[in-house]
Amino acid sequence: MKKNPKLICKNVWKLFGNNPKDFLLKHNNNPSDDTIKKEGYIQAIRDASVEVFENEILVIMGLSGSGKSTLVRCMSRLVEPTIGEIFFEDINMGEISKKELIEIRRHKMGMVFQHFALFPHRTVIENIAFPLEVQGIGRNEREKSAMEIIELVGLEGRENYFPKELSGGQQQRVGIGRSLAVKPELWFLDEPFSALDPLIRKEMQNEFLRIQSALKKTIIFITHDFDEAIRLADRIIIMNEGKIVQIGSPEDLIMKPADEYVKEFTEDLPRERLLSVKSIMTKDQNSKYDVTVYENEKVFKIVEKVLTNGIVRVIDNNNKTVGSIDKETVSRFLYN
Amino acid sequence: MISNIQNNKKITFFLLFIITFILYFYGKEIASYFDAKWIIKYPKHYIFPISKYTSLFVKWLMDEATFGIFSFRDLTRFIAWLIQQPYNLILALISKGFLQGQGQDAVEILPPLSWISVITIIVSMALYTKDKILVALVAFAFFYLVIFGQWESSMVTLSSIIIAVPVGVIIGLILGILSYKSEILERIISPILDLMQTVPVFAYLVPILVMFGFGPVSALIATIIYSMPPMVRTTLLALKSIDPQIKECGLMSGCTERQLLWKVLVPVSKPTLMVGVNQVIMLSLNMVIIASMIGAGGLGYDVLASLRRLNIGVGFETGVAIVVLAIALDRLSQAFVNIPARKRKKNISFFKKNFNIITLFIFIIVIYLLSPFLPLIKNFPENLVFNTSLFWEELVKYININYYDNLESFKVTLLTYFMLPIKRFFLGIPWPWFITILTITGWYFGKLRLAFLCLVLSLFIVVTGLWEKAMITLYLCGSSVLIASMIGIPLGVWAGVNARANKALTVFIDTLQTLPSFVYLIPVVMLFRVGDFTAMLAVILYALAPAVRYTAHGIKNINNQIVEAALICGCSPRQLLFKIKLPLALPEILLGINQTIMLALSMLVITALVGTRDLGQEVYIALTKADIGRGLVSGLCVAFISIIADRIIKSGSNKLKDKYGMI
Ligand SMILES: Nc1ncnc2c1ncn2[C@@H]1O[C@H](COP(=O)(O)OP(=O)(O)OP(=O)(O)O)[C@@H](O)[C@H]1O
Ligand SMILES: [Mg+2]
Repeated sequence: MKKNPKLICKNVWKLFGNNPKDFLLKHNNNPSDDTIKKEGYIQAIRDASVEVFENEILVIMGLSGSGKSTLVRCMSRLVEPTIGEIFFEDINMGEISKKELIEIRRHKMGMVFQHFALFPHRTVIENIAFPLEVQGIGRNEREKSAMEIIELVGLEGRENYFPKELSGGQQQRVGIGRSLAVKPELWFLDEPFSALDPLIRKEMQNEFLRIQSALKKTIIFITHDFDEAIRLADRIIIMNEGKIVQIGSPEDLIMKPADEYVKEFTEDLPRERLLSVKSIMTKDQNSKYDVTVYENEKVFKIVEKVLTNGIVRVIDNNNKTVGSIDKETVSRFLYN
Repeated sequence: MISNIQNNKKITFFLLFIITFILYFYGKEIASYFDAKWIIKYPKHYIFPISKYTSLFVKWLMDEATFGIFSFRDLTRFIAWLIQQPYNLILALISKGFLQGQGQDAVEILPPLSWISVITIIVSMALYTKDKILVALVAFAFFYLVIFGQWESSMVTLSSIIIAVPVGVIIGLILGILSYKSEILERIISPILDLMQTVPVFAYLVPILVMFGFGPVSALIATIIYSMPPMVRTTLLALKSIDPQIKECGLMSGCTERQLLWKVLVPVSKPTLMVGVNQVIMLSLNMVIIASMIGAGGLGYDVLASLRRLNIGVGFETGVAIVVLAIALDRLSQAFVNIPARKRKKNISFFKKNFNIITLFIFIIVIYLLSPFLPLIKNFPENLVFNTSLFWEELVKYININYYDNLESFKVTLLTYFMLPIKRFFLGIPWPWFITILTITGWYFGKLRLAFLCLVLSLFIVVTGLWEKAMITLYLCGSSVLIASMIGIPLGVWAGVNARANKALTVFIDTLQTLPSFVYLIPVVMLFRVGDFTAMLAVILYALAPAVRYTAHGIKNINNQIVEAALICGCSPRQLLFKIKLPLALPEILLGINQTIMLALSMLVITALVGTRDLGQEVYIALTKADIGRGLVSGLCVAFISIIADRIIKSGSNKLKDKYGMI
């Protein structure tokens, strides 16, 4: 993956309360948690820095109230950060005018909301065409684009329904469709599937992956469901009380949790299904065992092989030897 | 410990009560013993003549105030002219015809729309909602107006409404949107709206009468001012209760501020806004009737004239017409609230899309062209008009001859054993003590703030010299509310526990609430003539609805699991009601009583027409004498009474809710 940052947050803070800017200044832009609480402020985001790379799916996770939504809203400038800078494609979002911001939103950003936020007085097609409508695109043209989107999200035949005539899953399809109408480059999704029941959620996740494989957007996705995060994420951000605790790939988080909080998050996961051989093997280019496994295979698939053979050789996609893995390692991994 | 506090509270209350009674019985003796007559009666020369200053100020405003290029009077004239134009147009269109010349010699250039056309338009509106019952109801109502000879007056009234409603809605919408956008403005507007809704209607009329003169335009202005506040409130509420995600979605779609407002916020809140429109319509109707006192004409004028002449038959006939008109307008506008959004049909021509409207238009033009030739079209044939006033007259005569003794003894009994003692009680308590009690109560429910409010507002009443009148208001209001609660709360309980009763009562209560307040005077005056008793009955009728509604709501909304838990514990239905449901519904019932008090106070002022001697009468006299100061000050006194009652009861209700963990 080419690492080209699409969006950069630099030391972003967001406090709620009276005149938080002065408060931060008074405390050298670095007040302690206790000071913040004592003076009656709410710390939604504390000193968050992150780079979002082009075409990656970045998932933000954390408990309720940990500041996920606020962080994303700072990125889209629905919420003004108290201090800190945000760059979108080298544009400093804090310095642009209202007009420029509207232009960016009209062409480069899309957002999906937890509770769908559909306009109840508009039909499916009118909802999806709405972002085009506010740009002043004529009815025929915008409805043609909207129809394409409707096909993309699988709602053919329902374009003239009103939101309340749709099921939850279908409603969120509309929400997704609407956010894609302007063909955004940066796509925000704030717990898009949390309000759906598990089966539909799974279906929608697949749908989402299908759409992403076709469109290749830069995605920032909030969830507090770790399974969902693992399924979708290239990288995961873990947040706690407004702080970014760790940024890393799913495997990083499981293998090298930054603190107890992250560990707790990952503890009950079926690790053998999530981690690949690569992350637990012993690196050793010279091992000579006959039985081989691929480094990208998930651990649970190779358990049997290792247990029957005692030790196996690990190879990469080009059949080059990269390491070995033995019985003890596997059992320690499975049962610790 | 806790029971100790409880006991202390009880003892304090008991003591206060005893003192009150002692003062009530021996107040005079005590006062004369200390040679302090001021305890009983606030001394005249300490009365602060606020009303005089207000009148002087307004006189200055009207005669001398200028804004540089134009004077205040120019401004009022301009506003009046602005409103006059569309009003004249509508009036000519549906009632008077287009005339040239003045008064008697006026020549009709163009006739007004035929009654057939007006009915067709209204019924088409009902048809648009696709509600058959509504169509029947509306058709019935308007045919009633024609057949029973109320057409002309109702069209005059309707013209006022057609002008007042859009203006009120638009101003209300704009103010609502502005106060949504600016918190400062919201803080300024909100208390003004509070006051506007508690100041009695007559008090509005006085300054408007002085500034704009007697006539339909003044009446329209009063109507607009009176009916607009709920629209502001509804707009603000609707906008505020929009899901923030919807707003964010609009922003993320790249809406400009204006697009956000008109493409997202306003359309999304349309259902709620329509509820506001309905309220504006109903309040306008109510006010247009009352505003006949400053020259609105129409149905209101007919009622007023007949009440003044005690012409029962005509009064009743017009009363029924108002009722019919009110119900039709209410149901029609409510139906528009509930119209489901329709699917847009694609690819059809303009003509096809608007087929119905075009047909209607052609029909009206044809009728219009025919009307000079067919008198039936122009005016509903006179010999077909039913005149019911004789019938009503006879009916009342019959009742009065045959049941006079029963009615009279009913009245006298209630007067002597119920109303008079209450009156004596309120008038007997020395004012300093009454204010003390109020302040203590305020303290108990709302600490310093509320205590201060009670103290200041009641002192205002004293220093303006209206204490005695205020006590009469209090007594009339108190006895009406007492009876209204005694009837309303059991009805509400019944509706709360019995679905069928609920349905029937809802229809009944809804209808009671749509009727303009004036209408309630008519039947009671017929049976009991004028006086406090009649006033009380009218007030009870008018103020009954909220007591029923809130009680039913409170009972129905109790968490079902609590009820189940009580049933599992073995409660009998009786126990369930008295041990669980009523206590839990109490906060809501209190709010109902609060509403009942508010309505009672507003109706009391109107009952000045049947000869009460309270603050309402003061306002009414001020109106007849066009005395702004007097009207405003006594109007404010009524408003203050209702504000005190409102704040105390609401704090009480909140205290209870807090205790039960319901908020
Ligand atoms: N407008 C606001 N005013 C005051 N406090 C706010 C506001 N918005 C958010 N907060 C506070 O900021 C903190 C972070 O909120 P945020 O909505 O970002 O959490 P979240 O991680 O998205 O939670 P959830 O999973 O429940 O959506 C919370 O403590 C919240 O109470
Ligand atoms: Mg959130």
